[in-house]
Amino acid sequence: MTDAVIHILLTLLMPPLLLGIIGKTKALFAGRVGAPILQPYYDLAKLLRKGSVFSDTTTWVFQAGPVVTLAATLTASFLIPLGEHRAPLSFSGDMVLFAYLFGLARFCTTAAALDTGSSFEGMGAAREATFACLAEPALFFSLAVLARLSGSLSLTPMLTGTVATSWLNSGASILLLGGSLFIVLLVENCRVPFDDPTTHLELTMIHEVMVLDHSGPLFGVILYGAAVKLFVLGALFTDIALPYATGITLVDWGLFIVAMLMLAIGIGVVESVMARLRIVKVPQMLAAACILAAFSLLLVLR
Amino acid sequence: MDAFPAGLTEPARLVITGTLLMGASGLPGLFLKKSPTEGQLCAALLVVLGSLMGLFGALATILTEQTATYTLASTLPFGPCAIGIDPLSAFFLIPVCIVAACCAVYGTGYWPAAQHPRTAPRLSFFFGLLAASLALLPLARDGVLFLVFWEVMALAAFFALATEDWNREVRDAAKIYLVVTHIGTLALFATFSLLRTGGDSFAFPGAATLDGTGPLATAIFLTALFGCGMKAGMMPLHIWLPGAHASAPSHVSAIMSGIIIKMGIYGLVRILSFYDTVPAWWGIVLLAAGIVSSILGVAFAVGQHDLKRLLAYHSIENIGIIVMGIGVALIGRAIDMPGLVLLGMAGALLHVLNHALFKSLLFLGAGAVIHDAGTREIDRLGGLGRRMPWTAALFLTGAVAICGLPPLNGFVSEYLIYLGFFSGVVSGKGAAVPLLGLAAPALAMVGGLAVLCFVKVFGTVFLGLPRTTEAAACHEPGWAMRGPMVFLAILCAMIGLAPVALPRFLEPALFTWNPQLAFAGEGLADAAPLGWVTILGALLVLMALGIGIVIRQRLQAAPRGTTGTWDCGFARPTTRMQYTASSFAEMLVKLFAGVLRPKSHQPEVRSLFPVGGTFASHVPEAVLELVITPLLTAADRRLSLARRLQHGQLHLYILYIFVTLAILLAWAY
Repeated sequence: MTDAVIHILLTLLMPPLLLGIIGKTKALFAGRVGAPILQPYYDLAKLLRKGSVFSDTTTWVFQAGPVVTLAATLTASFLIPLGEHRAPLSFSGDMVLFAYLFGLARFCTTAAALDTGSSFEGMGAAREATFACLAEPALFFSLAVLARLSGSLSLTPMLTGTVATSWLNSGASILLLGGSLFIVLLVENCRVPFDDPTTHLELTMIHEVMVLDHSGPLFGVILYGAAVKLFVLGALFTDIALPYATGITLVDWGLFIVAMLMLAIGIGVVESVMARLRIVKVPQMLAAACILAAFSLLLVLR
Repeated sequence: MDAFPAGLTEPARLVITGTLLMGASGLPGLFLKKSPTEGQLCAALLVVLGSLMGLFGALATILTEQTATYTLASTLPFGPCAIGIDPLSAFFLIPVCIVAACCAVYGTGYWPAAQHPRTAPRLSFFFGLLAASLALLPLARDGVLFLVFWEVMALAAFFALATEDWNREVRDAAKIYLVVTHIGTLALFATFSLLRTGGDSFAFPGAATLDGTGPLATAIFLTALFGCGMKAGMMPLHIWLPGAHASAPSHVSAIMSGIIIKMGIYGLVRILSFYDTVPAWWGIVLLAAGIVSSILGVAFAVGQHDLKRLLAYHSIENIGIIVMGIGVALIGRAIDMPGLVLLGMAGALLHVLNHALFKSLLFLGAGAVIHDAGTREIDRLGGLGRRMPWTAALFLTGAVAICGLPPLNGFVSEYLIYLGFFSGVVSGKGAAVPLLGLAAPALAMVGGLAVLCFVKVFGTVFLGLPRTTEAAACHEPGWAMRGPMVFLAILCAMIGLAPVALPRFLEPALFTWNPQLAFAGEGLADAAPLGWVTILGALLVLMALGIGIVIRQRLQAAPRGTTGTWDCGFARPTTRMQYTASSFAEMLVKLFAGVLRPKSHQPEVRSLFPVGGTFASHVPEAVLELVITPLLTAADRRLSLARRLQHGQLHLYILYIFVTLAILLAWAY
């Protein structure tokens, strides 16, 4: 019960912190002081109080999109184990629901973008939807590997307990899987080298361009939803990358938080040292992620 | 009711009376020349009445798990004819009755007899005949009767499809459909003839009574797969489907896509049920065929810009998903894993029902748009959500459901099939495991592509601003058209949110398909925790409502302004400059260019001041245009000598018949 409460509190409160850490890391790399680590929280608080401007083209879809996206992401967060702690809800086949909730979120975000009638946002929506078609198979290859290694059909047993032994017994396939999931993590959260979350106006944008016309509280919902998505998919990655656990509940929660912070720093480093890929290169990179995960499956089925 | 023998129990009696009502529904209209509207309303009423009877009969059969068979004591040369109902037939009757009733009501608004006095009575007649043959087909218990209903279904669909026969495009599509459906029927003639060898009648063998090994079973499997696959529209046997679905009146498209192609699945499922042991390669072939069909089906759909052709390609995708489920079930039988059989077959059967519901919803929604805008071109529409909010919301429901997204029904059946894949990967053995491992990512990709496609359609048609004056003048259809759509959408949401009730309906059908499952002890509820889908679905809906209420309050508390969409600083935007469906799909079409073979025509820019030009892009029906047509043209050239046999002189044809008779007589003795 305590674990479930901590799980929900962490999922609700921690995500903007990751954005703050990524920003700070990038600032340090660039030799700047940068915004305070808590800046994303201030931004959200400000956006929730602001007024909004709507395009006269838009309908209810434009307003419902961000709301359903956030609801789907939060629902998915109930299914992911954080560190070595069970997820609050766990059942056979929950990984399918987990993946498909993000599908629902994508449907709503892209539909809301098209509601403005702007070519710009249409372009972003098309890219988001196209790249997802290639990221989804990589995720499901990885889930198949995890299912086979843990002998179970649910995220909690897949990601807790057995991962450490899997590292010892089939390290190569877990390594390939981790690589693939890291690419999926970056593309799904629209980070460099696939997308640049800091600018709006480049033609190579994906996520930021879709939300150009949103403002005020709805824009806050979008930013917060994106942060939660980063947190949830980040947890999926750290569960595999850092499966270490002591067995003492509170220490393990501490370990999980540290792992997430390290992941945020890692993403910040990647964003600082890499340039954004040209948009035509992105599908190739995603195909590479699929191939990594497919090889990983090949190794465990052998 | 004495006309019915005492052996025919109550539900079966209801179903058969219902089908007779449906079959006769169009007859009054043919004679009411003076008042076609009354004839049409009468036909719709009779179809609804017949469907209700059929539906109650089917549900009663499933819930009481009855099986009734009735033999016509006929003196036909091919032996006695048998009609019967069991839970498997009854399960297929459910979508038939629901969709037939909805489409019949919708037809009164979509194709009103007052506006189409010449074609409406004919359409009503053939629609009723079609509905009756669809309801009777699952009741056939021997090969001959099955083929009779199959043929009536094919011909009634042909005439309903060719309603607008003054249009060349419609005639061409109908012709292709007629040829292809008969090639499929020919394969089924072979199937049932082969099934008869060893027995002395065409009656269907009982479930799990035949041996699946050996060349005879292989031949039966392959001919059945070809014949049923052609009807179901599996890639690459789908060539008739896009044209036919696009050219028919929308409610006929809905029943073609929702039900007729499912009869191909029914035929396959029924024939597979005869076998006790099946070789693993049957399952592998079906699974591989399902993967190909679903990925290519949806990829072709992404490239289309004709609203109904696009939906037609999605039928090919969904048939692929159903076939994947059947493949998983067969693999489970071959490697003796009852869990796989349960999950795969339950997923496949449920997807049959689900696809019938959401696809007919989508076709009816598309019909409402086409009815008013007068065009099927997605890129000539736009902004309809403001003028037809009901249609937009209902189409959106269908779109989310067909993408397999929670909390609607498409998710539940895909969830069952995914569980089948993953269980196979975790504890399966043998050659099928790698393919099962490949099938899960393939289905995930299909899901991603479907989202892309339906965001494209919904966004281009219903969101943004109208691109043409026709689109700007659209208005909401009447309740005759809206009502059936609302009903279908409610059913989609009910199955999606409360799937716990499903095992009660699926299990009897599953146990009829393979009686060994009943002894394996494992129920569907043990294999798939459907209660959790309800909980998470409810959580999702509540969370969305909660966030929505909070945000609404914040929006009302703060000042709110309205302005135009940000236009990149461009001073004179027009609505034609919105992102089109073709642009939306362009990136993906290029990724799949190897299979889709997109064609584009673009102006060449020559001088410093280029003159006006036009751009057009198009994804053709690649299999038909690049494989079948060249093949047939080549055959036509090579075989021109044989054509001399076909010269149109009646007396020589009579000679042919006479010679054939003489040969048959000589062979018989």
